[in-house]
Amino acid sequence: MLRTVNAPLIEARNLRVYFYVKKGALGKRGIVKAVDGVDLVIEEKGIVTLVGESGCGKTTLGKTIAGLLRPTSGEILFRGKSVAKMNKKEYMEYRRSVQIVHQDPYASLNPTKTVFQALSYPLTRWKLVRSRAEAEERVKELLRLVGLTPPEEFMRKYPHQLSGGQRQRVVIARAISVNPSLVVADEPITMIDVSLRLGILDLLLRLREELGTAYLFITHDFGAARYFSAKGGGVIAVMYLGKIVEIGPAEEVIQHPLHPYTKALIDAVPVPDPEISRKKRMPPLRSLDIPSPLNPPPGCKFHTRCPDAMPVCAKKEPPLIEARPGHYVACWLYTK
Amino acid sequence: MRTAEPIIEIRGLSTVYYSLRGLVKAVDNVSFSVIRGEVLGIVGESGSGKSTLSMSILRVLPLNARIVAGSIMYNGTDLVKLPEQEMKKIRWHKISLVPQAALNALNPTMKIKEHFIETAKYHGIRDKKSIVEKASELLELLRLEPPRVLESYPHELSGGMKQRVLIALALLLDPEVLILDEPTTALDVLTQRAILDLLKDLRKKIDITMIFITHDIAVIADLADRVAVMYAGKIVEIGDVFTVFKSPYHPYTRALIRSIPSIIGSVEEMKPIPGSPPDLVNPPPGCRFHPRCSEKLPICSEKEPPIVEVKPGHMVYCWLYAKR
Repeated sequence: MLRTVNAPLIEARNLRVYFYVKKGALGKRGIVKAVDGVDLVIEEKGIVTLVGESGCGKTTLGKTIAGLLRPTSGEILFRGKSVAKMNKKEYMEYRRSVQIVHQDPYASLNPTKTVFQALSYPLTRWKLVRSRAEAEERVKELLRLVGLTPPEEFMRKYPHQLSGGQRQRVVIARAISVNPSLVVADEPITMIDVSLRLGILDLLLRLREELGTAYLFITHDFGAARYFSAKGGGVIAVMYLGKIVEIGPAEEVIQHPLHPYTKALIDAVPVPDPEISRKKRMPPLRSLDIPSPLNPPPGCKFHTRCPDAMPVCAKKEPPLIEARPGHYVACWLYTK
Repeated sequence: MRTAEPIIEIRGLSTVYYSLRGLVKAVDNVSFSVIRGEVLGIVGESGSGKSTLSMSILRVLPLNARIVAGSIMYNGTDLVKLPEQEMKKIRWHKISLVPQAALNALNPTMKIKEHFIETAKYHGIRDKKSIVEKASELLELLRLEPPRVLESYPHELSGGMKQRVLIALALLLDPEVLILDEPTTALDVLTQRAILDLLKDLRKKIDITMIFITHDIAVIADLADRVAVMYAGKIVEIGDVFTVFKSPYHPYTRALIRSIPSIIGSVEEMKPIPGSPPDLVNPPPGCRFHPRCSEKLPICSEKEPPIVEVKPGHMVYCWLYAKR
């Protein structure tokens, strides 16, 4: 089990989420193991950034932790209590405590509702306000918190009158309106203008200072993962085909990656410095494409592409071990 | 290897969109040259006009858009004034475009082979055998297996493979200029790296000029020889990639480089740009960046900045460097 400093807020234990799909005209059944045996701890006020390529299962893991998908097996513990064993009251408390911010701020807001309507609904739904006047006060406070000032003006606007960055701020305000202890932020800056992206990440970090929210930040962008986790003193977890293959303190993972997959990704990513970026070349992977998740390789799922694969890799799945202090990796290269 | 001979010269180009809210000045009085054999990177945020600029060069704009001023000189002809019939001989034959969101550009009901044949047919070439031969050659150049890929349907290919097919398709009629609009944006890190490497190899193997459009300044650093930075319909800085990245002059370029979360450099030095990009129906007067600029002078909100050549070939549109 991973070591933690603060009390664990959310714990995933051997979590698996499978999707049953029909393949081809004959309807042959297949199983996509989107999340396949994940152990993860998010501490109170902690930051975990999940990074991986499309199809690695990072969104599925985020949705399952937020209670939007049911695990196929394994369990999720919220403040030490298994979600599956909660009574209705406890379950509602868990659902309020874990909120999600989706990738697309254009699809996340109802175009026919004003910002006030969007933000006041969860407040009345969770009985956090008793009157319209109270709701207005709280909505104004939320808008100020996310930097949309003057709030009186923004309250009356419809989504189409807002820019992408402003919409995402409204979505964030809605997520924090019910005082969650964890916000799952799934690619929250991918559809935002480049110059405004760090502003959204800074906002999330500031809200953690002010409200004590923990984050599960999901991204495909190593630069954003590093920025968010390093600034917030959190960890980065790298996913590949439903598994966490490496997890550790942000700068550790970026500057001293251990898993051959993480190394390949970090070697490949372009950087805003021509002197450095031009020296980069495709890492010596044995295959460019991710294997089909319907038919993942046995043993270590990366062995078919890994430049350092050994005979054992095709046979047995490597365990996640602590290779350096606080820095875990699932790779036979580091297992004695 | 590279002579400074321009292949495309754009002077005073303005392209507008007619919208219900009024005229959107997407590209506003833009001038620059593309040098034969170079990779020119055009970088800008969404709405900066970079895609409109590329669509203007080929005159493939949406119906509500129009080029209202300026010239685009290519081999002694002004593409802006060229009749549509003549323009058809330029598109794909001379200047070719790999459009944005290209992964959805292939017809799902057609085999890859048919895409090549159809394209050639539209441009008046009917000899199927020679087209398939040419397509195979190009696919091989892009490190795809021609027999398998040509017989595949688009859904049988991965994103990276589709992107390479589209590049091959754009190269089918041996164009001199290839415009790539966000060719690596929807791709995973490793696929993006593969495409960047392929484009670098491609320039060594064939004689081509590339205009590479992206919002990702790191990709520009990786591939381009020169970079043009666009903001709100204007080019604000243009010059050699190494000089622009090492010593950016325009406050926007500086802020843009600082605003990229990267795996290199200090996290503490990365900062967002305050404010947001302007509404192009009603852009701010003077320099369009002045409301967000940390170094603005009184004149910046009054008059448009002049072009200043700060170093040979390195142009900046900013009052900070103007001799007044």
